[in-house]
Amino acid sequence: MKKLVTALLLCVACALAQNPSAIAIRNAKIVTVSGPVIAKGTVVVRKGLIEAVGENVPVPADAMVVEGEGLTVYPGLIDSLSTVGQPAAATPVTAAAGRGGRGATTPATPATPALAALAATTVVAPVPRGPEDRPQTTSWVKIADEISGTDRRIEPVRSAGFTSVASFPTRGIFAGQGAIVDLISSEKPGEMVMVSPIGQYISVTRAGGFGGGFPSSLMGYIAYIRQLYIDMNYYKTVKDAYAKNPRGMQRPEYDRALEGLLDSPRILLPANRAVEIERMLRLAQELKQPTILYGGRETFRPEAVESLKKYGAPILVSMKWPEKARDTDPDEVDSMRTLETRDKAPSAPGVLAKAGVKFALYSDGLDTARDLQRAVKKAIDMGLSREDALRALTLSPAEIYGIADRVGSIEKGKIGNLVVTRGDIFDDRTKVEAIVVDGRKYTPVVEQPNFGGRGGTPTEGGDYSGGNR
Amino acid sequence: MKRLLLTAFVAVAPLCAQTYVIQNATVMTVSKGTIKNGSIVVKDGKIAEVGEKVTIPPGAKIIDASNQFVIPGIIDCHSHIGGDGGINEGSTSVSSMVDIKDIINPEDIAIYRALAGGVTTANILHGSANSIGGKTLPLKMRWGKDAQGLIFEGATPGIKFALGENPKRAGNPTGGAVNATARYPATRMGVEDVIRGAFNDAKAYKAEWDEYDAKKARGEQAIPPRKDLQLEALKEVLEGKRYVHVHSYRADEILMMIRIADENGFKVRTFQHVLEGYKVAKEIAAHGAGASTFSDWWSYKVEAFDAIPYNAALMTKKGVLVSLNSDDAELMRHLNTEAGKAMKYGGLTEDEALALVTLNPAKQLGIENRVGSIEVGKDADLVIYDKMPLSAYAKVQKVLIDGTVYFDRDNEVSGRAAKEAEKQKLIDKEKQTQTQQRGPQGGATPRRQQ
Repeated sequence: MKKLVTALLLCVACALAQNPSAIAIRNAKIVTVSGPVIAKGTVVVRKGLIEAVGENVPVPADAMVVEGEGLTVYPGLIDSLSTVGQPAAATPVTAAAGRGGRGATTPATPATPALAALAATTVVAPVPRGPEDRPQTTSWVKIADEISGTDRRIEPVRSAGFTSVASFPTRGIFAGQGAIVDLISSEKPGEMVMVSPIGQYISVTRAGGFGGGFPSSLMGYIAYIRQLYIDMNYYKTVKDAYAKNPRGMQRPEYDRALEGLLDSPRILLPANRAVEIERMLRLAQELKQPTILYGGRETFRPEAVESLKKYGAPILVSMKWPEKARDTDPDEVDSMRTLETRDKAPSAPGVLAKAGVKFALYSDGLDTARDLQRAVKKAIDMGLSREDALRALTLSPAEIYGIADRVGSIEKGKIGNLVVTRGDIFDDRTKVEAIVVDGRKYTPVVEQPNFGGRGGTPTEGGDYSGGNR
Repeated sequence: MKRLLLTAFVAVAPLCAQTYVIQNATVMTVSKGTIKNGSIVVKDGKIAEVGEKVTIPPGAKIIDASNQFVIPGIIDCHSHIGGDGGINEGSTSVSSMVDIKDIINPEDIAIYRALAGGVTTANILHGSANSIGGKTLPLKMRWGKDAQGLIFEGATPGIKFALGENPKRAGNPTGGAVNATARYPATRMGVEDVIRGAFNDAKAYKAEWDEYDAKKARGEQAIPPRKDLQLEALKEVLEGKRYVHVHSYRADEILMMIRIADENGFKVRTFQHVLEGYKVAKEIAAHGAGASTFSDWWSYKVEAFDAIPYNAALMTKKGVLVSLNSDDAELMRHLNTEAGKAMKYGGLTEDEALALVTLNPAKQLGIENRVGSIEVGKDADLVIYDKMPLSAYAKVQKVLIDGTVYFDRDNEVSGRAAKEAEKQKLIDKEKQTQTQQRGPQGGATPRRQQ
């Protein structure tokens, strides 16, 4: 019963999205990110695009006016690694790279119904003996085809200020291709997808549990990844040769796993520890694939920064800062390295910004405004400037995914994705007043508790820690 | 900041390696006898001079080793330290596609501890779960360097094979995994078949590539064959570009392996463990293989019972190149005393005993032109002991690799208090933060005034 009521409320909330022909937010402080801050100005959004921005921009007669006195307008936040938009993805994306990587090995549940079905069929499939059996690969899956507005997480995530997410399938070694998704409440999923595909999500931890076949060790995963790219290049050579002159040549087989790799403009590789960062960057160089790393827990270490600079690769840093597990044996003492990592991990964004490494922050499952604000605040307290924090959630992810020409800053002609707040966006007393996605204005789903409660949302407690515990 | 400085220091150290003169020591060169009251000049990471009298280069730092002993760095021919994410790719009987090189973990504390036990080079092997295991390589114990910095430059890489109970899974064909399918092989016959089968495939694969290479050499157009990482490693074995290290125990399986190698035209570089090697020492020597065994570690499984402590000495006397290995992070720290046991059991000389953990493993790994003895021109990988190194009373004082001091007992001992304090500070800080977050009762987050 409670569920039904909630669902009804959600429907009402969806319907509340306002769709006037134009929206003008006037007399507001505008943080454009790409240019200087406008102390008092106007932003006009029309037909999903930013029509004008500046100090002396006239308000069009047909626009719905938002009085911006005391408000600040930011570009909509972008979550650079997420599963939002996939209703079946219940668990967050985690970057656990290798046995040595301390913590964070969440057994992933099937990311999509299609993948769930696939997982079910692999039970009867023969145990893979080597890379040629292509185990744990669904590289051809395009998450854009699985996106749905019915994901209950869309609303709370948007209410926290996110207008877009880079949504990836996460199950398996080659999980599939991600998409940039705009968080509009739409019955037509096609409207939500901004860009697809944006890259291939690769992981090196076991999704299928203990037992089973190849690979079962980190070196097995790496050999597997290496062999698949060798095969991809070979496949391409043979296919091209056949296309050029098919007469007298044996017809090459169609291989969807390799087609999936050929389709992906870049790859995402997991790396938390400094040694993993170096290892994965070397691998990426060998594979000759444009690469984004994700995880980044030890990027506060000079040697990690050194590797990132040397290879010039961007990294997505998880905002779920490592914490001591709650139920540990009080007599057990962690290694110096682990203690250091827990102490300094939130300083990583500041270190990366100072070193000039391209990075973005990702929520890693934190999906309430309160938790996100707290996580960003921690990084700010440990040396990240507010400007760099904002950039790491707006323009930087846009640049990393090659979409800075359409989102990431408040500029004329870009997509009308904005977040309007009362107060600085990363202060814990700040309230999100409105979110504009593709020119559609949304009010946060509930008034966020200003402080105290652990990011309450009115939806069921299953996915979020609602209320006070 | 301190860490940054430290990292910076380690990074630049090899570029301007200090010139050292180790003086007044008993220098056990292994290859050229022992020099009482000798000195060693270390320059640019190499041994520049050895003898009773040496010329002290200007600016050299003197290490006074009066009443102390210097030996070449210990080489462990069989170790599994310093790897991330498992050392067995146990899912398949032929896992020659995987490579230890991909998973080197320079943070493994076992590296530092091995160093403290005088080990300067270790052959890091894949585990023994598979008839044909993964690719392997020797590492230098350069603690503080990154993964690439540990690799023994220019050393011929290897591959691990395994015979007997482990690859046949000792009557537990799923390897303990629930709901898993039984894996072939389950008998010694099966192991032989898997290896033979793999080489049949590898030879066909090699023929394919040879044909392509020949076509290319003639200037003909051709699409290259598909590169297969699994067979590529075995092709390298057939071409003599990769050493084969065979985990083995029983005399019959050792002979079996020699037959497979002879049939396929490759050499076994070393038999590892080889506890029954004394029974077939003549055949091992005739094949030209080395043997890397334990001093007195046995009876831990059915195939490891017929063992004697005289194994190393007996094989040595039959002309086999023998080394003693650890296969274990703890045993690795006292290989010097393992070598000493060969003097008691079998009556080897001091030099012969010491060679079991220095020059012989160097030869087995094909790196004896670089390490294994104290000779001019070799890498300055040196260990200074306070007492006779083959004695159980000897403690490692300093370890040099490439002329850089990587372990110093005095610094280690005197630095412990500071490290402990630093650690305690972090523990206290964390506790404090946790208490603040959870409130005095450790309960719900306190609400602030609205």
